[in-house]
Amino acid sequence: MAAITTQSLVKEYPGGVRGVDEMDVTINDGEFFALLGPSGCGKTTLLRTIAGLEETTSGTISIGNRDVTDLNPGDRGVSMVFQDYALFPHMNVEDNIAYPMRVRKVAKEARHKVAHETGSGLALDGLMARRPNQLSGGQQQRVALARAVATRPDVLLLDEPLSNLDARLRLEARTFLKELQRDLGVTTVFVTHDQAEALALADRIAVMKSGKLQQLGTPREVFRRPSNTFVAGFIGSNPMNLVTTTLGTGTIRIGEQEIPLPSSLADLPGLDAGRSIVWGVRPEYLQLSEDPLDVSLTGEVTVVENLGASCLVSVLVGDTRLQVVVSEDDEPAPGTKVWVTASERHSLLFDTETTERITP
Amino acid sequence: MSQVADPLVATPGSRKGTGRRPVRHDDVAGLGKLRAGFFVAPALALVGLFLVFPAVWTAYLGMTNYKLTGLSAKAPDFVGLKNFTDTLTDPAFHESLKLTLVFVLFSGILGQSLLGFAAAWVLRTTNKVVKSLIEFLVLLAWIIPSSVVSFLWVALLDRGDGTLNAILGTQGTSWLTEYPMQSIILFNIWIGTAFSMLLFSSALASVPPSQMESARMVGANTWQVLRDIVLPHIRGHILTNTLLITLWTFNTFTPYLLTAGGPNHRSEILPVYIYKVAIAGGHLGVGAAISLIMLLINLVIAAVYLRVLRERK
Repeated sequence: MAAITTQSLVKEYPGGVRGVDEMDVTINDGEFFALLGPSGCGKTTLLRTIAGLEETTSGTISIGNRDVTDLNPGDRGVSMVFQDYALFPHMNVEDNIAYPMRVRKVAKEARHKVAHETGSGLALDGLMARRPNQLSGGQQQRVALARAVATRPDVLLLDEPLSNLDARLRLEARTFLKELQRDLGVTTVFVTHDQAEALALADRIAVMKSGKLQQLGTPREVFRRPSNTFVAGFIGSNPMNLVTTTLGTGTIRIGEQEIPLPSSLADLPGLDAGRSIVWGVRPEYLQLSEDPLDVSLTGEVTVVENLGASCLVSVLVGDTRLQVVVSEDDEPAPGTKVWVTASERHSLLFDTETTERITP
Repeated sequence: MSQVADPLVATPGSRKGTGRRPVRHDDVAGLGKLRAGFFVAPALALVGLFLVFPAVWTAYLGMTNYKLTGLSAKAPDFVGLKNFTDTLTDPAFHESLKLTLVFVLFSGILGQSLLGFAAAWVLRTTNKVVKSLIEFLVLLAWIIPSSVVSFLWVALLDRGDGTLNAILGTQGTSWLTEYPMQSIILFNIWIGTAFSMLLFSSALASVPPSQMESARMVGANTWQVLRDIVLPHIRGHILTNTLLITLWTFNTFTPYLLTAGGPNHRSEILPVYIYKVAIAGGHLGVGAAISLIMLLINLVIAAVYLRVLRERK
């Protein structure tokens, strides 16, 4: 068990492209940590650099109290599960799980004993003699996990652990993975491009873009208090409403209409009338009413998308399109005139230039 | 579901009005033996004409005393299995067969395979430009006509003005007469390595990188990665490659252009031996008999490899 610390970590590819750019991250001991970002953001590169599969260009990586920057992958006390699981097709399940111990010259009986114990912990009893191609996707993933944890690593790295499973199995595997991580208590870092997966699994999330860290925080923090418009737009199943607009005197202008600035912002300096800002509020934090309300924006329903237990309603306020989530019984018909109220607590302001959040 | 017949699905009865419909046989293609035979007949004819007939003709010639010149060139006599028994008990044939096996083992199986694999393995991680350049040069050795290549090698190994002697400072060493087998083995490796290299290059590209990385993650060294991951993955490629180069090396005549089987039969591999008996010596019947023996050896080699190949799980 160990914490992972990177200091000004840089991974530069030939040609000067930086996969990882000045990363300073501390991953606590026993933490379930997500690296989240769109494809090409450098999250997998960071994971592979921690694993030792990519050489560090500059900066350091420590695991526990050891500087592992220049160590070989095998000497770092790190296990990794690859996206395609990388099971060896010519070995059966037992030999696959026992392989890391075979490399470390553990006696045959001893390593097969550990393989069986680990395997039964992961519901692989009775599959030990099978070849990987005789297993389902979920079973293959459990074999890969068993192989990774059988040697009791300090750190477990997972590259897109759920992406090769079909949608239903993915939810099952998600719960299973969280349980396994909690039981083992091993420091775990996983890479994902799926924000829902990161929110559901991780204790903390690092959101990355172009090799740079955008925000580091708990799922609640990155969901409720995104540090910039990129994180705000990336996190959340329904994208956050981000409206570029200007301030009035103590108000936010949305088209022809105005709503008051949230009271928490009243004392902030620099929020003068006429300043350009981005107003952000999640569809879940907007309320919709078919009756006129004070302190609300009025507009017309254009599209209603059914999400099952709820509906995503698009409302045209002037030229601005706002999306609102309403529960399934309350959905208005398209064309209805509605009033939209933003939860003051959940309204965020971002700077137009820097895209950073202004709301504390 | 309803039992109403779907009009889009043809039922046996609905065919009646459409006149003569070909009967569908229950083999895989649904053709039946007669029509299937008709389709493969042209191919079978070609195979028969160019492969089976020459083999049978060789077998027939091997049982005659057919010669290049003289009376038996005009009217060869049937001599039964005499040529075969003579050959099989001839020490010269034994010696030639032994040389051939040494030649195949060192220049084909060990030399070309190992060197080709090593080159493919190293080039895997080499810079693209360097890789293409080396592949081009190696391939060149393979595609240049053997007569040209032989001339280059004669120039290289020549006693008087040979390049090798100039480089090593060993003027007067006659490589081709002092080390005939070593010379033709190196020569054949030089020509043939390209094939193994290309084959193994594509074989290595088919090994998923994540599997090699998985092994590296648990601390496996290069040798362990090769043994546990790479070789099991490319087992089929290795066997195919070995089969092909064994047969090619077994049957190659090009070394004749360097040493002509000499000196004193010391590099007289089977194809050269046959040439000397049949063409130089004029004993076409005996030559045919030896050729047939060689053909049988080839068949045995191929059968063994195919057997091993089929055993893979």
